[in-house]
Amino acid sequence: MRYERPATIEDVTALLASGGEKSFVLAGGTDLLVRMKNDAFEADLIVDIKAIEGMSDVTRTADGFEIGAAVPCAALGENAELSRVWPGVVEAANLIGSTQIQGRCTISGNLCNASPAADSVPAMVAAGALARIAGPDGRRTVPVQDIPQGPGKTSLRKGEFIEAIVLPDPGPRSGDAYLRFIPRTEMDIAVVGVGVQLTLAEDGSIASARVALGAVGPKVIEATEAAETIIGTRLDQPALDALAAVCSEVSTPIADKRGTVDFRKQVVGVLAARAAKIAYQRAGED
Amino acid sequence: MASLPVSTTINSDDVEYLCHADESLLDVLRDRLGLMGAKEGCGTGDCGACSVIMDGRVVCSCLVLGAEAEGRNIETIEGMADGNTLHPLQQKFIEHAALQCGICTPGFLMAAKALLDTNPDPSEEEIRFWLAGNLCRCTGYDKIVRAVADAAIVMREERA
Repeated sequence: MRYERPATIEDVTALLASGGEKSFVLAGGTDLLVRMKNDAFEADLIVDIKAIEGMSDVTRTADGFEIGAAVPCAALGENAELSRVWPGVVEAANLIGSTQIQGRCTISGNLCNASPAADSVPAMVAAGALARIAGPDGRRTVPVQDIPQGPGKTSLRKGEFIEAIVLPDPGPRSGDAYLRFIPRTEMDIAVVGVGVQLTLAEDGSIASARVALGAVGPKVIEATEAAETIIGTRLDQPALDALAAVCSEVSTPIADKRGTVDFRKQVVGVLAARAAKIAYQRAGED
Repeated sequence: MASLPVSTTINSDDVEYLCHADESLLDVLRDRLGLMGAKEGCGTGDCGACSVIMDGRVVCSCLVLGAEAEGRNIETIEGMADGNTLHPLQQKFIEHAALQCGICTPGFLMAAKALLDTNPDPSEEEIRFWLAGNLCRCTGYDKIVRAVADAAIVMREERA
C-alpha cells in the first residue's frame, strides 16, 4: 500500500486517476481505516487530503457555507454561525459516533461511504446541499443526493473526489431539523433518520419544504411528495398526518436486526412529523 | 513496503520515526516508540482504549495512520503527569477507585483531559456523553464520572 499526502487538489485527482481500483481518499479515516482492519480489504493507494490548504476550513461565502472535505464533524458544532443557520445539519453531523470519532469524521466521508443509514446525509439533502467534485477534467457540482447510488456505491468517476460540501443560505424564516431513531441514547446506527427543512411565508404558512429519509431504502430518499403535503399549511394535525403517511408510503426499507419493514415504515412517519415540528418552530424564530 | 519518515511532536518532544504506510499511530507508539500506555482494545475505534490527543482533539490512535502524525502535536498518557506529580485526573482516579484492571484507564484519562481542557465545568450528563466512546467493563462508570467531576473542581481551583 502506498500513502501519499499531496499539497494540491490537482495532485489528488492525478494520483486517484493513475492509481488502481483500490485507491481511496483519506480525510478522517473513521470508515476507511476500519475497513482496512478487515483482512479481506486491501488498499493500493491512500491519498491523504489534509495537507491541502483550505480543506480543513469552514468558509462563510456570500451565499452560504463551504465545508472543506477534511473538516471534522466536531468543528461543525464549534462553529456558532453554521450552527445558527443550519442547526439540523450540525446536529446530524454531531450524532455520528463518539467524541473520538467526532474529532476525525467528516460529512464528505459520511456521504462517500454511501451507507443508507448515514446520519448527515438526509440532513444535507433536506438543506439542499451541493457536493463540489474535483476531477481530472475539472470541477462539477451536483446535489448531495446524486452521490450515493446504493450501499457502498457512489456516482464519483475515476479520479474524482469531493473537495467541499456547499450549504446555501436558506433565507429568512427558515429552519431545519434532523431526527433519528436508535434503541439507545447514542453511539448507534440509525434505524430510521429524517431531515426536514422549511421556509415560511410572511403569514406563517409553509412556503417551501424539503424532506429526506435515511435508512429506509438503499440510498437516501428525497420525499418530494411528502414535502408537498405540508406546503401551504401551518403544520396543523391533518398536515402532519398526511406528511407521516406519505413518508411511510415512499419508504422501501429492508428488515434486519435493527428493525422490521413495518416498524421502519411507521417510525419514518413519526420522525418526519416530529422533525417538521422542530423545523417549523425554528423557522418561526428565524 | 517502503518506510515513510515522519517528524512529529509527542508530549512536547520532537520525535522522528519511520513507519509503514498501513501502520496505525497506535502501533507506532507502542511498537516503535515504546509508549505502551495507549492500549489496543478493539482496533476499530469502538472502545477508546487507544485514545490520544492530536492537535487538541481526542482521537482513537488505532484509527490514525502513523504517517498522518507528520507535523501534528500528539499527547499521550505518558506526558500527563508532571514528573512525580500526578495530574489531578490521575490523582482523582486513584482516590475514587475509578479503575480496576486498568486497560481502559489511559484512554479515559486522555479523553477526560480533552474534555476539561475545553470545558472546565462539565455537567454529569456532559461527562457521560463525552466519555461514551470509552468502554470500561470493570467499574460501571459511576466512579469514573465522579473522579472526572472531582478533578474538574480541583483544576478550576488551581486556575483560580
